[in-house]
Amino acid sequence: MKHLLLILLISVLPIQQEKLEVYDYDGLEPLIHKKDDKVHVVNFWATWCGPCVKELPYFEAINDTYKNENVEVLLVSLDFPSKYDSALKPFIKKNNLKSKVVALNDTDQNRWIPAINEDWSGALPATIIYKGDKRQFYERSFTKEELETELKQFLK
Amino acid sequence: MKNLKLLAVMVLVFSLSAFTNKTDDNGYKIGDFATDFSLENIDGKMVSLSDFKKAEGFIVVFTCNTCPYAVAYEDRIEALNQKYADKGFPVIAIMPNNTDVMPGDNMEAMRERAKSKGFSFPYLLDKGQQIYPQYGATKTPHIYLLQKTEKGNEVKYIGAIDDNYQDAEAVKVKYVEDAVDALLEGKAIKVTETKAIGCSIKV
Repeated sequence: MKHLLLILLISVLPIQQEKLEVYDYDGLEPLIHKKDDKVHVVNFWATWCGPCVKELPYFEAINDTYKNENVEVLLVSLDFPSKYDSALKPFIKKNNLKSKVVALNDTDQNRWIPAINEDWSGALPATIIYKGDKRQFYERSFTKEELETELKQFLK
Repeated sequence: MKNLKLLAVMVLVFSLSAFTNKTDDNGYKIGDFATDFSLENIDGKMVSLSDFKKAEGFIVVFTCNTCPYAVAYEDRIEALNQKYADKGFPVIAIMPNNTDVMPGDNMEAMRERAKSKGFSFPYLLDKGQQIYPQYGATKTPHIYLLQKTEKGNEVKYIGAIDDNYQDAEAVKVKYVEDAVDALLEGKAIKVTETKAIGCSIKV
């Protein structure tokens, strides 16, 4: 019996070790307003959002291809907290996501959606590309080419 | 020459507008008059706003089966209809997604969902996706509260149902209920527009 418990415990441990950073908007705000000289690509997504999942590899590709050109990708998940363990963490693991993933859990959406961008209706996916004070917001999904075209405007 | 330039600009503008997203960025604003429609309900009958002779207005909800946010609000949408249909503000739900892209939102799936959840309101399919772009809906759920006037159905509120999609018990502000209550009492609506996360409408 003791052994069984031990085996159970060991099998559960790796899952608990996967840490997920969860923020409310006040916590997220500094992460999407960094004042360094990097180009930041912030994508708002969720595992249940079809178009988000479809374009995620393009963000991953950019994170990989342009990492030497000072580009940093941040994936902000809007999965429900009840799905962090059952959907989000397994998704990150299964797809071997290399970009930084954080979760935004803040129910006061009417406050933070306009704070992120006045024109955002709240539909997912949505993306911000920014460098210093230069900032673009996109309420749309991208093809790989479209995303690279937008990114290159910031690389000049 | 001047005319030629003008023509070139006009052609450019027209060709650009032909390629823009289906959703008109200039969808309805508060005070605009919303279009009526004739859309198929889950019972096979066509439904128009003008069918509701006794209604004083409508709670038009763009929603679907497949979006977790829409699902999270299903019971609250039903509760809105229970509370306000008899007071003159019935819920009219419209499913705006392209059902080729989202088969889980097709008419049969809508019918099953409505049956299992016991929807008491019309659940209409925006076949051909002609209606939601006129409203300017971008996501599910997305609410448009209309008030019947002599000039037409005036848009009085646009946005979310309330301020907590996760937990109906933790809601602090019921935006739609507050807006309908204000209309029923002949008072001004305090919050006329709100933002909320939702699933983009699938084209």
